[in-house]
Amino acid sequence: MAKMLKPPSSARPHITRNEDLIFELSAPGKVGAELAPLDVPAASAAEELGAELVRGEIEGFPEVSELEVIRHFTRLSTWNYGVDTGLYPLGSCTMKYNPRVNEVVARLEGVATLHPYAPDELAQGCLRVLYETARCLAEITGMDAVSLQPAAGAQGELTGILMIRAHLADRGHPRKTILIPDSAHGTNPASVAISGYEVRNLKSNARGCLDLSELGRAMTEDVAGLMLTIPNTLGIFETDIRKIAELVHAKGGLLYMDGANMNALVGVAQPAAFGVDVMHLNLHKTFTTPHGGGGPGSGPVAVRKFLEPYLPSPLVAHGQDGRYFLDFDRAKSIGRVRSFCGNFGMAVRALAYILANGAEGLRQTTEDAVLNANYVRERLKDLFALPYDSPSLHECVFSDSRQAAKGVRTGDIAKRLIDYGFHPYTTSFPLIVPGAMMIEPTESASKAELDAFIEAMRSIVQEVEEDAELVLKAPHTTRVTRLDETAAARKPVLRWKP
Amino acid sequence: MRYLPLCPAERAAMLETMGRRSIQELFEHIPEPLRLARPLNLPGPMSEPEIVEFFRRAARESSPDYVSFLGAGAYSHYRPVAVDSLLSRGEFFTAYTPYQAEIAQGTLQAMFEFQTLMAQLTGMDVANASLYDGSTAATEGILMALRILRGRRVLVASSVHPEYRQVLRTYLQHQGVDIQELPFNGAGQLELGKLESEVTRGPACLLAQSPNFFGVFEPMAEISACVHGARGLVVVAVAEPLSLALVRPPSGADIVCGEAQSFGVAVSYGGPFVGFLAAKEQYVRQMPGRIVGETRDTKGRRGFVLTLATREQHIRREKATSNICTNQSLCALAATIYLSLLGKRGLKALAQQNLAKAHYAARELAAVPGVSLAFSGRFFNEFTVRVPGRAEELLAALRKEEIIGGLPLKRFYTELSDHLLIAATETARRADMDRMVRIYRQVLSANSPSRRERGQAKPSSEAVAR
Repeated sequence: MAKMLKPPSSARPHITRNEDLIFELSAPGKVGAELAPLDVPAASAAEELGAELVRGEIEGFPEVSELEVIRHFTRLSTWNYGVDTGLYPLGSCTMKYNPRVNEVVARLEGVATLHPYAPDELAQGCLRVLYETARCLAEITGMDAVSLQPAAGAQGELTGILMIRAHLADRGHPRKTILIPDSAHGTNPASVAISGYEVRNLKSNARGCLDLSELGRAMTEDVAGLMLTIPNTLGIFETDIRKIAELVHAKGGLLYMDGANMNALVGVAQPAAFGVDVMHLNLHKTFTTPHGGGGPGSGPVAVRKFLEPYLPSPLVAHGQDGRYFLDFDRAKSIGRVRSFCGNFGMAVRALAYILANGAEGLRQTTEDAVLNANYVRERLKDLFALPYDSPSLHECVFSDSRQAAKGVRTGDIAKRLIDYGFHPYTTSFPLIVPGAMMIEPTESASKAELDAFIEAMRSIVQEVEEDAELVLKAPHTTRVTRLDETAAARKPVLRWKP
Repeated sequence: MRYLPLCPAERAAMLETMGRRSIQELFEHIPEPLRLARPLNLPGPMSEPEIVEFFRRAARESSPDYVSFLGAGAYSHYRPVAVDSLLSRGEFFTAYTPYQAEIAQGTLQAMFEFQTLMAQLTGMDVANASLYDGSTAATEGILMALRILRGRRVLVASSVHPEYRQVLRTYLQHQGVDIQELPFNGAGQLELGKLESEVTRGPACLLAQSPNFFGVFEPMAEISACVHGARGLVVVAVAEPLSLALVRPPSGADIVCGEAQSFGVAVSYGGPFVGFLAAKEQYVRQMPGRIVGETRDTKGRRGFVLTLATREQHIRREKATSNICTNQSLCALAATIYLSLLGKRGLKALAQQNLAKAHYAARELAAVPGVSLAFSGRFFNEFTVRVPGRAEELLAALRKEEIIGGLPLKRFYTELSDHLLIAATETARRADMDRMVRIYRQVLSANSPSRRERGQAKPSSEAVAR
């Protein structure tokens, strides 16, 4: 790259890369939105609220024009990497294409504007969307009933565990412990803790699956249930799942499935057939609702018939008169986990995705997701250690052990991938793989994109051999280089101040 | 399938690379009895125009032309077109949680701006990068206060949104916490006498809402003094954060949380929304949810990262401050864009319009014989009217004129069977408010309803046990 001349002190190169905070762009007197004229008499705040309640100016609040707002956030957006930008092989996150039509239909007048307390008679369209979404998810999982109220996967977990507890309490005793394999996502134990249960971790076996003898020892009549991710966070299917379910059920426990990895199974297998009693899905993973830079998500819960009475209230129901209604008459419900009907707008998008695909498209999607993951595994297995060589479904997990010998870790390789134009894979998870490199290409990767990714990985491995510093200091092409996370946590600066 | 970028020849070539004959081989390790032998029974596939038509029909069946005076935690405000225009940038909405900070600076800086805006509005030192919604923000606020106090007692004003109280009970039911609900008085405010006698029993975490579910501001200075006098903590959920452009932040609050849907997020049948939580600096390490912090890169340039992760579940697992993983990043971004557009002066002017509209509607309705304002407390853009014996009839008459006239409070409070909660934001047109008042006059000047009609009112099934 040609060296730039040093600019005069007041000029800044690359203005789009040096955007200030919105507060720093502010100047008195600017405004970015104007109101319609007031068509009623103005009210005096001091009179209506009492002078002691009235607030003065909010110090430091921004004052900018509409154009500056547009430029500000447009510039910020260009510092992000999205699924739209390119391959996003972030394992366990299922970063797949977010269809544009989903965004359009979620914004239709009526869909986007109906109030959640509108009487059911005036909300038939929205209620039908919720009902249909729940019905489709029930079919996909093979379960009997679905609640769309949980706002995210972690809230779905909490909902499911609370239902297990309510059911066991009805049977006489809620019990004390939930079993969770050591490969599980951190939200599992955190959700269990809120439900008033203790967590007991189970070790995985050499195949990366749950150890049956370990489960046999742990599964007592004090255990409320087992929480299992299928396929697990290594992308491996628990082939003993039926035996696992029998072991749990024989002692009176329930089987919870974390459905975060459902993108490996849709149309291929229904969790109900595994012996699962309750599970959650992530609409923002398998069902294409956008991740939005970290939410909103949606974590519907699906259950077998005997758990239906415990689902959160209300549930969308379909009356004999053909009308849809919100059913609040649910005496055994665990209660509410979120206000209103949950993240309705996410259900709209998920249903649009299911409708676009139909059964055949969904199955093809699953097949492509599994094909892509296995292709990456096949073409990288000579370069990286594969700690568990059981068959992979939608993702594969390598270890950095060979590169670590040169002082380069999974996080460094991930950062170097950025320079090649790819989003990194998931680093350092699951915890049972030291130096984990968790790759989930999803079905949304073309062969050309996958081949380019594979070549980038091969090239980085070569760099590790020849010039490890290049990798250790990556990324080199981004707006900022590596950021000091330790300093950020030691003396937190969490807001701008004038 | 139009979303899939692989063609049949590529699929075949990839299988060949792996030495596989068919895609089925990749699934053969799943035991055969567990595999689905039939196609799923689902609608579709549909082309794009069919999908649009499907949802247009749903939209038509969702009363798009009705005028609504519903609020109660979800407020109708005009959303400047720039909000959706910017949210629709794929770099924002198709990005993941910003763990890889170098290629997520857009999201991270915007979240830092969101945190600053929420801290400014609430008068608190720090705010997090958002929570699911107001109900979970209020719940997380109380859980946080319990951690700080190492407490086991929660006092909740029954003037807090009933669904927020329901969510709180769901989360606390197995925490060994004693929850006491406190009554409201004729002003629609927390009964201070009852609070005073409760706090004599020891420190407690109090949850109040201001403005509260009835639209009324709580006497926060007195409430806070009372709770702090007994070494308790005050958590305030703000029902309509737009009010903070006009009124002082809740006096004496230790944690201020609430629902920020009003700031550029569509009502969307109740979600997705965006909860916020702000607190005094000394409590930051007990905060739940994601937090963005400022730092420097290796060349000394300003940048932003997710920070204080040692509070979070992916590190702490069952000992985390919360099980929450996601925030509502895109909705928080909407709020950030919205507040930037409105700005210091615009937001205040908007709040003044809301104040004017609601007070106009309240004055006009209260002038109708048979209607009175239910509570004497001061309100912002939402208020409660009392129409003895006529609530159902009025709502039905309004509905005939395509007006959703407010929320009957008997749904949540058995003793408020004659009460309607009415919101009038800047989107409420004077002509529609006048039309509503005319219908009130017509209905109420007619004879009182027959016994039969009054008997038809369904019993409240969701009333909160108090």
